[in-house]
Amino acid sequence: MTAVLDFLENLGARAIAVVDRLGFATRFLLLTLRNSGMCFRRFSLVLREIYYAGVLSLIIILVSGLFVGMVLGLQGYDTLERYGSSSALGVLVALSLVRELGPVVSGLLFASRAGSAITAEIGLMKATEQLAAMEMMAVDPIARVIAPRFWAGVISMPLLAAMFSAMGVFGGYLVGVRLIGVDAGSFWSQMQAAVDFREDILNGVIKSLVFGIAVTWIAVFEGYDAPPTAEGVSGATTRTVVTSSLSILALDFILTALMFRGA
Amino acid sequence: MMKRRALDLWVGVFVAIGLGALLFLALKVGNLGSFSAAKTYLVKANFDNIGGLKKRAPVKSAGVVVGRVEDIGFDTKTYEAEVTLSIDSRYQFPKDTSAKILTAGLLGEQYVGLSAGGDTAMLKNGDTLKLTQSAVVLENLISQFLFSKAADGSGSSSSGGNSNSSGNSSGKGSK
Repeated sequence: MTAVLDFLENLGARAIAVVDRLGFATRFLLLTLRNSGMCFRRFSLVLREIYYAGVLSLIIILVSGLFVGMVLGLQGYDTLERYGSSSALGVLVALSLVRELGPVVSGLLFASRAGSAITAEIGLMKATEQLAAMEMMAVDPIARVIAPRFWAGVISMPLLAAMFSAMGVFGGYLVGVRLIGVDAGSFWSQMQAAVDFREDILNGVIKSLVFGIAVTWIAVFEGYDAPPTAEGVSGATTRTVVTSSLSILALDFILTALMFRGA
Repeated sequence: MMKRRALDLWVGVFVAIGLGALLFLALKVGNLGSFSAAKTYLVKANFDNIGGLKKRAPVKSAGVVVGRVEDIGFDTKTYEAEVTLSIDSRYQFPKDTSAKILTAGLLGEQYVGLSAGGDTAMLKNGDTLKLTQSAVVLENLISQFLFSKAADGSGSSSSGGNSNSSGNSSGKGSK
């Protein structure tokens, strides 16, 4: 009997902890949004963070995009060739990149490249009491530290995803047309006939925007919420990568179900 | 910390590459600008059966894409499918143009084919196409074929086969 009670008690405590944390995170997001005015008046703050979150992620995004596109070209050709429709290679490469792989893979890379850095930086600022010092000087750490990082991530993510997709299409072109010898005309024309701007490209951009919001939100929250110890910061960094990767995949399923169902 | 100018420069390069990638996707991959910006006019056409026609399917005349299927509805009075076509205003068609639902290849997607008539008056926004031909439904075609085979086999006259399958078979379309 007591075992059952203990179990229920445990379950209840866990559920309350989850809801509590979720509520804290939501209030933190609202607070960040409300205090975002300053970082748009002093846009150089956001620019600096775009440099760290976006520009420094350029290499990994471009190189991975190229290789993902090249692999898609090889694998897609191998399968399509069996049905004698290797001219549809461009459609396969472009649709899978623009709809799914572009936003999702660049979101995962962004979470591990930039999200973890944001969490570690904010967590360390908290551990070394820089945030507390700012408050002592009547500088709001949310407006000065959190909001610029949040907006930088939200702005960078769609751009990175677009670069990933474009680079992937180029990689697919390199392998499919240049290496294997699919006809360049049918590669591009079938792609252009099948890819719709609103249905495919714009939905991909919306996806990457949602992922950008989710990843940076989780990153700044975990950093701000990290226990101010070395162990706490490392734990928060790990949690950022795990939580944001999982939420990207879950959100991707929900968004795909909403966007491409039935059409 | 980095110099302010260099930082601005890098962020500018980053944003430019990002927007360039988006433009590449829109123009080269998605082929935006060939259609959606152009002016269109809407024309209605009623079909007995549209088969697997979908929204945004191409409207072709002589093999050239001249528009898209804008909307597909159902008329509860005549029990027919009401298909709205949006046609590029660069392409004007005579009033007695006929519309057919055709299939690209044997198993490909379905599209609307327009064949121009001889009328001197042109179609306007909101007009309805009078001459339509429904999609070929493979099951009806096969059953028709089997019926005529059976009729041939039992030795009756050749006219026995084609009266059965009602409504939406391939031959009986225009109205």
